[in-house]
Amino acid sequence: VSEPRHGVRIAALWAGLTVVLVLIMVFLLGPHIPPYHGSEQSEDQHKVNVTLAALAMPVVALIWAYFGYAVAVFRQGSGGVDGALVDGPPITANARIQITWLAVTSVLVLGLAVYGTVGLLGDSHGAGGGQGPNPLSKPPASSDPLQVQVIGQQWLWTFRYPSYGGVETATLELPVNRMVEFHVTSLDVAHSFWAYELGVKADAIPGNDNVAYVEPTKVEGIQVRCAELCGLWHGHMNTFGRVVTGAQFANWIAARQSQFHGITKDLPQYGPSYFPDPQRRAG
Amino acid sequence: VPSFGHAPDPDWVSYLAQDSSGHWQHTTIYKVPAHTLVTVTIYNFDGASGLRNPFMSQVRGTRGGNAGIDGKAFTVLDPDDASHTFTIPDIGLSVPLKGVGDDAPNQCSVAPCPLSQAHTTITFTFMSPGKGTYRWQCFVPCAAGFIYGFGGPMQTIGWMSGEIEVT
Repeated sequence: VSEPRHGVRIAALWAGLTVVLVLIMVFLLGPHIPPYHGSEQSEDQHKVNVTLAALAMPVVALIWAYFGYAVAVFRQGSGGVDGALVDGPPITANARIQITWLAVTSVLVLGLAVYGTVGLLGDSHGAGGGQGPNPLSKPPASSDPLQVQVIGQQWLWTFRYPSYGGVETATLELPVNRMVEFHVTSLDVAHSFWAYELGVKADAIPGNDNVAYVEPTKVEGIQVRCAELCGLWHGHMNTFGRVVTGAQFANWIAARQSQFHGITKDLPQYGPSYFPDPQRRAG
Repeated sequence: VPSFGHAPDPDWVSYLAQDSSGHWQHTTIYKVPAHTLVTVTIYNFDGASGLRNPFMSQVRGTRGGNAGIDGKAFTVLDPDDASHTFTIPDIGLSVPLKGVGDDAPNQCSVAPCPLSQAHTTITFTFMSPGKGTYRWQCFVPCAAGFIYGFGGPMQTIGWMSGEIEVT
């Protein structure tokens, strides 16, 4: 009895399963993969997540197809051969398969590296991640980014708006459709500024200025959390913010300037970061 | 109080609360009714440490947007004069507590501290939120003897932070 063409069968199974899984990933699961669509950057992250997941499907399909086929076809019947369990024939090297495998995976990895680098340096301007004090990918000056300093301390986020007299607030409010330039820093230990819906995550390091860009595109409420284990109340270091229209933002910032007029003059002169001296009593 | 005076950490700074019978209890878990005006009186026997973030020296979230120090209303405290804060971040309430002057006579260093000893009296009123549990804490890193004042009582529930149980 001639041996069936297992390779062809597995390849056909693999191809069919790949088509099904890719379609499920792109059209069924993909729309629900975070970080949703609150900004240009989170939109880009979403596309990347869906793309990576879709590209992983052929690999998943190959494993499932081969595994399923092997279980169904290569399974040794009860009792084995002449009543004894025996190994199958040894597998020997196959240069064609090895070269194909190396080539395909190399193209995949290098292609994704180029894809990711272009995304980071291109229109996404760091894709919402912190780029340190000297960002490689800045938006054009003509975009007139709104500077917001994000200050982490155990266990609270506060926000300074240098273009509005350096007023500091305990809530984050941003205008829609305007580039925002976050300067993330900390007064004590390492925190991580995570504006979930906006796709922003940037480390807050004491004495360090970590710049992240984001352009909110949707009027909505946003969650701000700390994504770095930072001590006793880390789990409570969160707040809510809002992305609002330009007019609403103007009203809000004017109200905050009025509310915090008394303390603004006592704040340290605005700088990309500051790290105060220890308190008088502290060790 | 500047230090609790009892085991397990007699040197640690802490809050105490007066129960309905007038006894001071070492606790930082407080219960208040929901949607009710709550008036708080804090007797502070500790000296000033200074705020790490001067922003916290503005009174926020109280009725009238102010608080009282020894009977005088204020909205902003000199950040260097702050000894502690009483802050409930989730409802936007924060009140800086003025410290006892370095040169004040008859200072109290260990609890219990009678009102005959040097202290500041801070009062404020706030509207309690809906039912739930809310974290409160001090935002002055006030743990003497720890690096930058962040350790010990600042990192242990029951000393400079706790919870408000709103029922």
